[in-house]
Amino acid sequence: MSSLCSFVQSTIGRKILMALTGLVLVLFVMGHMLGNLQIFLGAEVINAYAYKLHYVLPSSALWGIRIFLLVCIAIHIWAAVTLTLDNRKARPQGYQEKKTIQASYSSRTMRMSGIILLAFIVFHIAHFTARSVPGMQYEEAGVLTPMEVPLVKHGEAVMKNGHGVMTFNVNDMMIAGFQVWWVSAFYILATGLLCMHLTHGFSSMFQSVGLRNTLWRKRLDRVALVYGWVVFLGFAIIPLATLAGVLKSDPTGGLATESAAIIETHSK
Amino acid sequence: MEKTMNLTLRVWRQKNRLSVGQFETYQLSDVSEDSSFLEMLDILSEQLVADGHEPVAFDHDCREGICGMCSMTINGQPHGPENGTTACQLHMRHFHDGQTITIEPWRAKPFPVIKDLVVDRSPLDKIIQAGGFITARAGSAVDANAMPIAKQTADYAMDAAACIGCGACVAACPNASAMLFTSAKVAHMNSLPQGQPEKHRRTLAMVTTMDGEGFGGCTNIGECEASCPKNIPLDMIAHLNRDYALAQLKNFFEPVA
Repeated sequence: MSSLCSFVQSTIGRKILMALTGLVLVLFVMGHMLGNLQIFLGAEVINAYAYKLHYVLPSSALWGIRIFLLVCIAIHIWAAVTLTLDNRKARPQGYQEKKTIQASYSSRTMRMSGIILLAFIVFHIAHFTARSVPGMQYEEAGVLTPMEVPLVKHGEAVMKNGHGVMTFNVNDMMIAGFQVWWVSAFYILATGLLCMHLTHGFSSMFQSVGLRNTLWRKRLDRVALVYGWVVFLGFAIIPLATLAGVLKSDPTGGLATESAAIIETHSK
Repeated sequence: MEKTMNLTLRVWRQKNRLSVGQFETYQLSDVSEDSSFLEMLDILSEQLVADGHEPVAFDHDCREGICGMCSMTINGQPHGPENGTTACQLHMRHFHDGQTITIEPWRAKPFPVIKDLVVDRSPLDKIIQAGGFITARAGSAVDANAMPIAKQTADYAMDAAACIGCGACVAACPNASAMLFTSAKVAHMNSLPQGQPEKHRRTLAMVTTMDGEGFGGCTNIGECEASCPKNIPLDMIAHLNRDYALAQLKNFFEPVA
């Protein structure tokens, strides 16, 4: 136990924890982004995907994953805060003049991007997971049309025991959310900061666990840059497409879409 | 025809550990561009003594970049603007006539200022004392080729051993972290067969001492590497992180220290 304590107390130990939790979050954002992009395949696809996440998996697994992710975020933040406080203490008197020689802008602003990202995560969970942001409670009929739509698969409503399975209209929730310009602006800003956070963090986590050398540093830095931009564009394109009118709400949950109609005629 | 320059120097002056220091501004004229930075400070000190003032105290010894004594932040960069050199190897030709040069001591909590530009770097010695040694047979020297070491390994250990312990990495780091120094020492000894018996114990002890002395942590931004007069790469820090994780793992199952 004492060795575990010394690991967690040491600067390197906390950096390793930050790297490992960072890895979980890096993989999560990619999965989340790929999931989100299904909105371009039609309302029925993204709704079916959301249905799968919520009801096909046992709810204990869903909560297990949620708690695991929250614990990872908590450890990541705890390590960042304690290390930052230690780092501040290590230089009580600063320089009158200090030049940065090679450190990148994103590497020097991890705390700034991290804090804004935390604020974003809180808003995002309240906005789309808890759906409790005032004026954006997407389940209430008074705010928007009722968000429950039939679950659609291969262009047909899914039936169970003779009744149509109903699901939440995630498509319309996202569209309605992003039609508010400042919400979209905040999402785009936050994913931009996520891009910055990742361009340093993705490569840095390999350094923290000791899996990097000069050659691989250059390669990983490049991969991190690409990864950051892919994640940024993948996330930001949804609010942008909504504001541009490319993505539209579909109160039928995809039953009325053209593709669904085509499949429907084929199947008949 | 040698060129000379007139300079404005802003130098940190501090009487002793306890007193409050401040910047003093001095004018220095006709400095040869061929003089080294420390020679320029010598000229300043002569001028100060002639005027009845205290000369500027600064650390120096070999003046050829191998002892690691000189330690000053010149215009915001430890050891000045040149890459891979110590302050004593820096020449005035890298400055221009009429320039203002700001000279500060290393700034870190573990490095208190003793006087002017001189800081106490003994915390680095404590890190060395914690694990910078090997078990060697006492008595006559072993045959040089008794223990064959691959060229690659020897070169790598030599690159790590190039560290002169000047503390520029600490001075350059926004967190005043001594990771580059500690990692160079750990990588040097842990990569050679002679260093294996104490490998895990050394890694744990040196990191614990480093943290205990009040140095900050690493944020992997690379300012240390860019300031290092010996160009010690960040690879060494990755090596230390790796060895530390292994040592902790080993220590968890079978205590090594």
